[in-house]
Amino acid sequence: MILIVAGNPKEYPDDLNLTRLIELEKVETPIYVTVALNDSFVESGGFESTALKDGDRVEFLYFMGGGR
Amino acid sequence: MSFSGEQLARYSRHIILKGFGLRGQKRLSRGSVLIVGAGGLGSPAALYLAAAGVGRIGIIDADEVDLSNLQRQIIHGTADLGKPKADSARASMLAVNPEIEVRAIRAFADAGNIMELIRDYDFIIDGTDNFPAKFLINDACVLAGKAFSHAGILRFNGQLLTYVPGEGPCYRCLFKNPPPPEAVPTCRQAGVIGALAGVVGSLQAMEAVKYLAGTGGLLTGRLLTYDALKTSFRGIDLPRRADCPVCGEHPSITAPVDYTPAACDFR
Ligand SMILES: [Zn+2]
Repeated sequence: MILIVAGNPKEYPDDLNLTRLIELEKVETPIYVTVALNDSFVESGGFESTALKDGDRVEFLYFMGGGR
Repeated sequence: MSFSGEQLARYSRHIILKGFGLRGQKRLSRGSVLIVGAGGLGSPAALYLAAAGVGRIGIIDADEVDLSNLQRQIIHGTADLGKPKADSARASMLAVNPEIEVRAIRAFADAGNIMELIRDYDFIIDGTDNFPAKFLINDACVLAGKAFSHAGILRFNGQLLTYVPGEGPCYRCLFKNPPPPEAVPTCRQAGVIGALAGVVGSLQAMEAVKYLAGTGGLLTGRLLTYDALKTSFRGIDLPRRADCPVCGEHPSITAPVDYTPAACDFR
């Protein structure tokens, strides 16, 4: 199936949940990453139970603390 | 309010600008912005807002200028080493534009002073470098009904979001709580290119200018991310959380909170 991850459409294996996608994408410090799926937030406790389907858009939001 | 001949000349590039004009300039002159942090983000933001003729600007920072700051904090110079950053920033801003009012505040924002600090300003710029301060500014602005620009930078990446009451998510909608100290890297540990702070801080100044002038659209409901290595910008549309602890329907946070800063932020 095709998923659009961080704006990039890419081919992924079927039967993928968010936990697996986070592993595949090698997301840094995943417990502190916010996930948005098709414009709604997914609670971190719900990654395992969130199955992905063709055409889903997934965004990872990272903490960026710098500035001063 | 009417402008002198000198002011008309100083702001002529704004005034001739279609969609901005004299009306936009008058709104800047009547407007006020508080910049929290006179550092990498705050430096370009403060200089541009001073140059633009924002009538009243507050700049808050408790630190002194250090040699390691000068690679990115362009409001300070080598001659300012050891001086309070707030004072050094104020002097640079008034050197660019002596017609505005600048208040230098030598303090750190905390739960005890933040509501008082933001009260008299139209727009707030978060130019801080740590998560406790970022959550503090977010919560205070949501509670006080103030618009503000959030930004963060790390390594070669930056991101920003504008909060306007009633329009789109707040910072806490995106990130519920600060990460534990040292769980995620900071600039001090990970490094940053000076020009990256310049790009993102200038975008924050642009958001403030548009907000005050009432021109154009703001980064509400959209997190803008900047990848300097790829030279790419991307806007991520994001919703409000109905259950956000501060801007949601049943908020549990009703006063500003002090979190423990990351260990490396202790001074
Ligand atoms: Zn919120």
